[in-house]
Amino acid sequence: MKILVCITHVPDTTSKISFTDNNTNFDKTGVQYIIGPYDDYAIARAMELKENSGADVTVLNVGMAETEPTIRKALAIGADDAIRVNADPLDALFVANQIAAVAKENQYDLILMGRESIDFNGGQVHAMVGELLNIPSLSPVMKLDIEGNIAKMTKEIEGGKEYVEVDMPFVAGCQEPIAEWRIPNMRGIMTARSKPLNVIEPVADGVATEVKQFELPPPKGAVKIVDTVDELVSLLKNEAKVL
Amino acid sequence: MSVLVYIESSEGKIKKSSREAVSYANAMGSGDVTAVCLSQVDDAELASVGKNGANSVLASATSLETAEAAASALAQAAKSKGVDTIVLASSSSSGAIGARLAIKVEGSMAANVVALPDTSNGFTVRKSIFTGNAFAKVELTKDIKVLVIKKNTVEIKEDGKDASIEKFSPEISADDNRVKIINIEKATGKVLLPEADIIVSGGRGLKGPENWGMIEELADALGAATGCSKPVSDMDWRPHSEHVGQTGIKVSPSLYIAIGISGAIQHLAGVNSSKYIVVINTDEEAPFFKAADYGIVGDAFEVVPKLTEAVKSL
Repeated sequence: MKILVCITHVPDTTSKISFTDNNTNFDKTGVQYIIGPYDDYAIARAMELKENSGADVTVLNVGMAETEPTIRKALAIGADDAIRVNADPLDALFVANQIAAVAKENQYDLILMGRESIDFNGGQVHAMVGELLNIPSLSPVMKLDIEGNIAKMTKEIEGGKEYVEVDMPFVAGCQEPIAEWRIPNMRGIMTARSKPLNVIEPVADGVATEVKQFELPPPKGAVKIVDTVDELVSLLKNEAKVL
Repeated sequence: MSVLVYIESSEGKIKKSSREAVSYANAMGSGDVTAVCLSQVDDAELASVGKNGANSVLASATSLETAEAAASALAQAAKSKGVDTIVLASSSSSGAIGARLAIKVEGSMAANVVALPDTSNGFTVRKSIFTGNAFAKVELTKDIKVLVIKKNTVEIKEDGKDASIEKFSPEISADDNRVKIINIEKATGKVLLPEADIIVSGGRGLKGPENWGMIEELADALGAATGCSKPVSDMDWRPHSEHVGQTGIKVSPSLYIAIGISGAIQHLAGVNSSKYIVVINTDEEAPFFKAADYGIVGDAFEVVPKLTEAVKSL
């Protein structure tokens, strides 16, 4: 089985978000970058599938050279090799086109990624890749088991779960509790250095959106601490007007 | 300008978020709003989306259950109506439907949209990014625009006339039905978390799943949905579908009441789009108070039952 795991290189969840150049660029000063938390679930499930039934796991990231430490971390967790598409991830359609181009060359059985990136939160790339390759896509997937050529999955829906079956190949956007996150061990970190990380140039296709400007939310006013439930209810009714 | 709106139903009723999506399309200034329903809903209910601003409703003869089939049907509807904008409300399936649709119609897509488009110079929307911690103004450069809007973006219009209903039989290929839905497990008769206008959420401060009765009583009194923090769902005190936060469900209700939740940054990321936040916690140093509008420093076991009584007597 051949598995492609697509990962994002995103600011740590505790990063302070700010912008520079008249709010047109994200301020990277002092920001720690990580593998997207949802993508970590995808890597972890790919590792379990590899251990249980054997699989070649390739990691893919669309990003400039600065993302290579993040890609090496995925190799340290246990992926066999990696591909970096040498381009800024301009928008969801652009990234989906890059992934689809790589997938067309390599015939993966399974394409895993996080349900969404934690910077732009679009949650679109898995479905776009599915559409471009004309294969099914599922997200958010909480459980994924492979039996022969069939995948059995549990998908989260509003107020519950949907149980689905689909033949490979397909795309899945992963979320907890699909697998336990893995932390690279020392041996993994050492071997990751010599694993292949192939850099390829992007295909030209498709940018459909352009960020014009960023904005921060207005600062939050101070909290009103009240002593009694009656005061609270009165504020919610008369001031906030939400009751 | 003409707009297509995808409307979803739950237990035979049009979802409130879909009514908001129709209102959004109407507020865009389009006099030509067509709603598309791909599940089985009775005619009176379908016609009622006219009140929210739709002129007509295309009602699919069969229920389409996969994102693939829904995207195909919407692409066909968009083509036959010659629309330039397609609006969907955020839901567990609309992101995937919108993404496939955007490719089928060779359009531009934006998700988590929080304002009406600005068409003074191109077509720009404001969307929430960094899990609610920032916004981006994004230009959609293709001819057809696909917008997935976040809850509480516009007021729901209620004063329109009933919409006309047209039957609609989209062609669905075998490829669109490759995903086989084996079973659906869904809580019935409950306010769904992403749809809820008020949410009552509990954390570890409640000490155990046996103490959720008072959370549910408060939620019932308020007509609210119940949520929880990540540790609570990790310990299986509550189902994962109630987990609110960075890696759970992101909500944007009018009122979010957090009880016994300290306010880890990952939890705040899931609730920071709420209009008002109330925090009830014994620890006055709990970080959640900094993100709250109103707070009570006190023991949940004393405060919550009193709050339920006060709400009931309103």
